[in-house]
Amino acid sequence: MKVAATIVMASLLLAAGVALRPLIATEIPSAERRSGYTFMAPDTKAMQDDDTTNPGMLGVLDGEALWNRKGGSAGKSCADCHDDARVSMKGVAARYPAFDKALARPVNLEQRINLCRARHQEAEPLAYEKHDLLALTTYVAEQSRGMPITPDTGPELQPFIAKGRDFFMHRQGQLNLACTNCHDDNWDKHLAGSAVTQAIPNGYPIYRLEWQSLGSLQRRLRNCITGMRAQNYDFGTPELVELELYLMSRARGMPIETPAVRP
Amino acid sequence: MAAALVNVPKKAKNGDVIEIKALMSHVMETGYRRTTSGTLIPRDIITSFTCRFEGEEVFRADLFPGTAANPFISFFTVATKSGKFDFEWIGDNGFSETGSASITVE
Repeated sequence: MKVAATIVMASLLLAAGVALRPLIATEIPSAERRSGYTFMAPDTKAMQDDDTTNPGMLGVLDGEALWNRKGGSAGKSCADCHDDARVSMKGVAARYPAFDKALARPVNLEQRINLCRARHQEAEPLAYEKHDLLALTTYVAEQSRGMPITPDTGPELQPFIAKGRDFFMHRQGQLNLACTNCHDDNWDKHLAGSAVTQAIPNGYPIYRLEWQSLGSLQRRLRNCITGMRAQNYDFGTPELVELELYLMSRARGMPIETPAVRP
Repeated sequence: MAAALVNVPKKAKNGDVIEIKALMSHVMETGYRRTTSGTLIPRDIITSFTCRFEGEEVFRADLFPGTAANPFISFFTVATKSGKFDFEWIGDNGFSETGSASITVE
């Protein structure tokens, strides 16, 4: 009798638990999405808001110089084809990663810059996470500051977005966590004193205070994957680009903050 | 040429307290870190920052390995006359950069 009562009680508790917190992760409703900016302390917000205190602006300055520098066997600069970045690059970062017809897969902004270098400047690719590529990417992305994220809705990208979503939802690593377990289900909580946040990539490349430098979205993703104690991916691998694509689709309509400052 | 951002108000009234902000790009490598193979990364920091107004020193700071990358320095002074602020950053390995900004005092 006592055992039966316990079972009934346990079942009731389980049922209540399931009702309160669904076992299947749910994406954040559009109206509840928040930029990582809104989770920051007032000092860090002030640092991002003022262009003379935002260290990411140093990358923008260097990127502008690189934009105008001639290079490669073709002896061309970015400006020789694209003219003034303030006009030609406006809104570009807001719709990346984008589909590259020749490669038949999506490429992110860093990869687009290196493809441009290979195809038009006949130059060596710039290394991932080195200052030159980060600076040039930041300069290009800064031209879209304040503009809403508008991912390409073309049918050719859909399978890649779906793969990125699978990655986000799929448990992996020794901690058996999926991205969604933190960034959809627990974004309003803290992890070791830091805000978990919603995985809205609207300010990349960011100047991260912990890194003391600019860094790409893929660097941030690799951080998280290491934290989950899962097998990591190299910079530029299709898995990370697909994840970038999915994250940008989550951030649809939110304004670009590049160069954002994050703690 | 390392990138620098200096911010001085373009105009001020005589006697106004003005804020001057200077951001310099620099790695500020402490000299205490090691690579994955155990080799010590040599120290590479900015050691001194000076601001002069029309040749006269108005602010100076000594920097040490505890300062983060891309040091940001902000300070206040009183605007008394129009002129030019000159900024100078000096550091390890012959690092030397300058910047300037002018102010009109009414």
